[in-house]
Amino acid sequence: MAVKDYLRERFFPHMWCPGCGHGTVLNSLLRAVEQLGLKKNNIVMTSGIGCSARISGYVDFHSLHTLHGRALAFATGVKLSRPELTLLVPMGDGDALAIGGNHFIHAARRNIDITAIVMNNRIYGMTGGQFSPLSGPGKKATTAPYGTIDNAFDVVELSRAAGASFVARTTTYHVQEATEIFKKAIMHKGFSVVEILTQCPTHYGRKNKEGDAAAMLDIYKKKTAKVGSRALAEDPGLLGRGIFVDRDSPEYCEEYEKIIAAAMGEVRR
Amino acid sequence: MTERIEFVQGNEACVEGALYAGLEFFAGYPITPSTEVAELLSERLPQRGGRFIQMEDEIASMCAIIGASLTGRKVMTATSGPGFSLKQEAIGYACMAEIPCVIVNVQRGGPSTGNPTHVSQGDVNQARWGTHGDHAVIALTASNHQDVFAMTVDAFNLAETYRTPVILLFDEVIGHMREKLVVPEKGEIAIVDRLRTSVGKDVDYHPYLPREDGRLPMSDFGGDHRYNVTGLFHDMWGFPSNDPRVVRDLLHHLVDKIETNVGAISRYREHHLEGADYVMISYGSSARSAIHMAEHRRERGERIGVLELQSLWPFPEELVRGKCRGAKGVIVVEMNMGQVMRQVRACVDAPEKVFLANRIDGKLITPADIKAVLRVIQGKGV
Repeated sequence: MAVKDYLRERFFPHMWCPGCGHGTVLNSLLRAVEQLGLKKNNIVMTSGIGCSARISGYVDFHSLHTLHGRALAFATGVKLSRPELTLLVPMGDGDALAIGGNHFIHAARRNIDITAIVMNNRIYGMTGGQFSPLSGPGKKATTAPYGTIDNAFDVVELSRAAGASFVARTTTYHVQEATEIFKKAIMHKGFSVVEILTQCPTHYGRKNKEGDAAAMLDIYKKKTAKVGSRALAEDPGLLGRGIFVDRDSPEYCEEYEKIIAAAMGEVRR
Repeated sequence: MTERIEFVQGNEACVEGALYAGLEFFAGYPITPSTEVAELLSERLPQRGGRFIQMEDEIASMCAIIGASLTGRKVMTATSGPGFSLKQEAIGYACMAEIPCVIVNVQRGGPSTGNPTHVSQGDVNQARWGTHGDHAVIALTASNHQDVFAMTVDAFNLAETYRTPVILLFDEVIGHMREKLVVPEKGEIAIVDRLRTSVGKDVDYHPYLPREDGRLPMSDFGGDHRYNVTGLFHDMWGFPSNDPRVVRDLLHHLVDKIETNVGAISRYREHHLEGADYVMISYGSSARSAIHMAEHRRERGERIGVLELQSLWPFPEELVRGKCRGAKGVIVVEMNMGQVMRQVRACVDAPEKVFLANRIDGKLITPADIKAVLRVIQGKGV
């Protein structure tokens, strides 16, 4: 199947700004789905609110566009009810980790088999450029005219500590790497987190003088390095990319099947 | 399965009703005085292959049941007080996206943390207007465990019929009191199953295009039809739209499908209403005292009866107006500061004859409390 067969062309053109990285995320993700040969009827994409969340409308899967921050809670209901389905949950940084932070850590703690994608543009784009829990200190935003004083979460460390059994980071510059990471995340049994840095030239780039989309992509190229690389070891200023956590751990729905088996056995006796 | 006789709490009667109706998925969070519903279902659901999950909060519980409902399951959550407040955001989502689900609220004293272990009926208006924006909801209630069971079954049936969240407004006294319950044989009460689309595999399915009768056949997530569900105003494909016509028509549909069926949705009981000079209107545990009082006064020759409401929303205005017509006085008996009384005053012919007998101190209203109000109305002094 061609990548475009996974899209709902009826609903194009999409609503993202020129230069936005979210279309690239969609591209990398759909290529992963295509290469894995997944059936469209077996995929449920659940999203919250924000620019990132609109991704679910454009894909020809079962799609559930929910409430701000709550995508993982809805997805948990879908997955536990029908464990055979593949759950993809793209979220924005504010969506996933501010208003949705509690749902994020608890989904990770349960290790339920869902692929959570944090589309990190370090800003609230849809509402016009307010700082997010991933902006970090010293940034400009419409709600931080004097610069941010809020620290940022490290998505990788947060996910690891919360219990996610697969954690990775990539960027919209590294599109092929992103596809490979998405493939591994989707195939992983358990809660997978993929943080993908995605540029918002309209708000974050402009306010913070990072230039246009091409210039922002160049930053992703220059300021990141592969996990385990010499470059990363030698330069603490670089941000690591790649797979940080990939471990076997009991998956929630499989564990619940054991509960059902035990409870049914008890009744029969 | 044959009839079973149990001696149970109201919360357990609710669980029995939910299982009878075909509950398959429950998500919840511990909160007094509804916790027993979650505890019992954590044991009972997996015994029949169903699923129970304790979520991180009431918001997540509400979201999880909506997700599960979309896969074709019958779903429920249960809560009280502040937990009901937290669920409001996603209740609005279920209204907008038209997802069948049942929300149990075992009422306790509020606002805020309030009076967690004591009775109240203070959430009547929140059940109606708790979530933002114009919308319509169905809310049922009950004064005894047999009715808790029946109303719970009804809640699932109405949720499927109208594709809407249905709220079960119980209260702490009903939830925790023990009473006899007869669980009827399977088949004795009709069960409404989900209406699924007959549209074929490769045919364009319009999830939000109502049939002639106004109903919207569903398709399970994971099935043959891939469609979009959103809390935004949406077109017949479920795709977001802010076309003024789409917005207006959808809002009318959401409200009208319930408000125009108030007759079919309304549930009530009459106790000694025939030729009553004084009509008491009550519901939930308050109705027990009203009924007791009516029976007692009847023995003494007074013509006083009770209209017991079992559905509060949509409010049965015509029913109430009719039953109150010609009454010397109408006394609304409830444990709040007049939430149903205001509804009654708004719809009867003689609002000046509508009075409130209430308690708001966490104690169950007694027949003596109601009698005191009746004496004042009758000019017999305090």
